[in-house]
Amino acid sequence: MSYARIVWAHLQKDLRLEWRSKDAINGMLFFSLLVVVLFSFAFDPTMAVSRQIAGGILWVALLFASTTALNQTWTRELRHQVLDAQRMAPSPASALFLAKVLANFLFVTMIQVVLGPLFIIFYNLHALGQGWLMALVLPLGTLALVVNGTFFAALSLRTRNREMLLPLILFPVSIPALLAMVQSTTGILTGEFDPGLWMRMLAGYDIIFLTLCLLLFETILNAE
Amino acid sequence: MRRVLQFGLPVALAILAVGFYQAIYVAPTEATMGNIQRIFYYHVPSNIMGLLFPYVNLVASIVFLATRRSNPMRAQAADAVALASAEVTLVFVSIGLVTGMLWAKPVWGIWWTWDARLTSVLVLWLIYVSYLLLRRFTAGGQTQTLAAVLSIFAAVDVPIVYMSIRWWRTQHPAPVFFGGPGTGIDPHMMPAFLWNIAGWFAWGLMLVMLRYNLERKRQHVEQESALRSLESGQEVAR
Repeated sequence: MSYARIVWAHLQKDLRLEWRSKDAINGMLFFSLLVVVLFSFAFDPTMAVSRQIAGGILWVALLFASTTALNQTWTRELRHQVLDAQRMAPSPASALFLAKVLANFLFVTMIQVVLGPLFIIFYNLHALGQGWLMALVLPLGTLALVVNGTFFAALSLRTRNREMLLPLILFPVSIPALLAMVQSTTGILTGEFDPGLWMRMLAGYDIIFLTLCLLLFETILNAE
Repeated sequence: MRRVLQFGLPVALAILAVGFYQAIYVAPTEATMGNIQRIFYYHVPSNIMGLLFPYVNLVASIVFLATRRSNPMRAQAADAVALASAEVTLVFVSIGLVTGMLWAKPVWGIWWTWDARLTSVLVLWLIYVSYLLLRRFTAGGQTQTLAAVLSIFAAVDVPIVYMSIRWWRTQHPAPVFFGGPGTGIDPHMMPAFLWNIAGWFAWGLMLVMLRYNLERKRQHVEQESALRSLESGQEVAR
C-alpha cells in the first residue's frame, strides 16, 4: 500500500469513529461557545476596542477547545490495545500521525465554520483590512495548533495526569504560533498593520513543526 | 561526588569571591545608574549561563536518542547530563529574571515590561519548567525518551520565539556587547564582569556534576532493584 493510501485508511477510520460518536466535535463546539460567552462578560464586547481583542479571544477559545478534544484523540486507541497493534503494523508510524492531524484539523475547522459567524454577530465585527485573508489565517493557525497538539497528546498518552500534562507542555511551545495567529487576525480586523509578516511566520512554524513531528513520531510511539 | 565537592567547591567559591570583590569594590561606579548598575555583574553572567546550559541539554538529549538502542550505558549517562543541565538552566534563568526585575524597578520604574528579550527569556523559563514537569509526570523507561524529544522541540522553538517577539516588541537596552561602535562597557568594568562569568560558570558546572552524580546513583539503584525483583521472580518460579 502506498503512503497516501495508508494515511487515507487511517483518516477514514478516524472520521467514521467521530461520525458515530460526535464526542470531539460536540465537546469542542460547546466548550468554545462557552469561552466566547464568558469572555464577553469579562470584557465588554460593545466597546470600540472589541476589534482589537476579538482575535485574541477567538484563538484562545480555539486553543482551549482543541486541547479538550486532543486529549481524547489517542485515548480511543488505547481501548482493546489498538495502539499496540498499530505499533506492530508494518505501515509507517508517521502515516498514523499524519492521518490524526488531518482528522483533528477537519474537526477544528468545523468548529470554526460554526463559531466564525457567531463571533461576528456577538462582537459586531467587520474587517477593516482584507477580510478574505482570514481564509488563509484560519487554516494555517489551526494546523499549528493541531500538529503540535496531536504530537504532545501522543507524548503524554501514557503518563500520569495526561489530561493535565497536555496543556502544560503544549502551551509554552505554542506561544510563537499563538502570537502570530492573534497578530495576523488583529491586523486583518483593524486594518492598522499588514498581517503578511505574521502569516509568513505562521506558515514557517507549520512547516518546521510538521516536519519535526513526522520525524520524531516513531520515537514517541515506541517509547517504552 | 566527594571529589567534585573537594576540588570544585573551593575553586568555584574562590573565583566567585574574586568576582564579588571586583564587582563591589574595584569596578568604577556607573555614570547614570550609580551603584545599582553593579547588579549587572550578576544579572548578565546568570543569563549567559541560562543560555549556555540549554545547549548542553540539547546535545545530551540528542546523544541519548542516538545511542539508546546501540549503547544503553552511554545513553543513561547522557540522560543524566540532560536532566542536570535542565535543572541548572532553570536556576540560572530564574536568577536572571529576578535580578532583572530588581534592576528594572529602580532604573525603569517598573518591575516588568513585555519587551523582546524579557519575554523571550520568560518563554525559555516556561519551556524548561514544562520539560521538568514532563519528567516528573512520566514513569518508567519512557521518561527519558519523551524528555529528549521535548528538548529538541524546545531547541527548535526558542529561536522562533526570539524572532517573533522581536517583531512584536522591542525597552531593553540595545546589545551591550558586539553592538557596533559606541557600545561596550568601560574597560575598568571588564575584570569584574569576566571574573563573575568565570565564577558562575564554575559554580554551574559544579552543580551539573553533583546533580549528574546523584542521578547516576539513582539510575543505579533502580537497575539494582529491577534486577533483584527479576531474580526473586525466577526463584519463585523455580
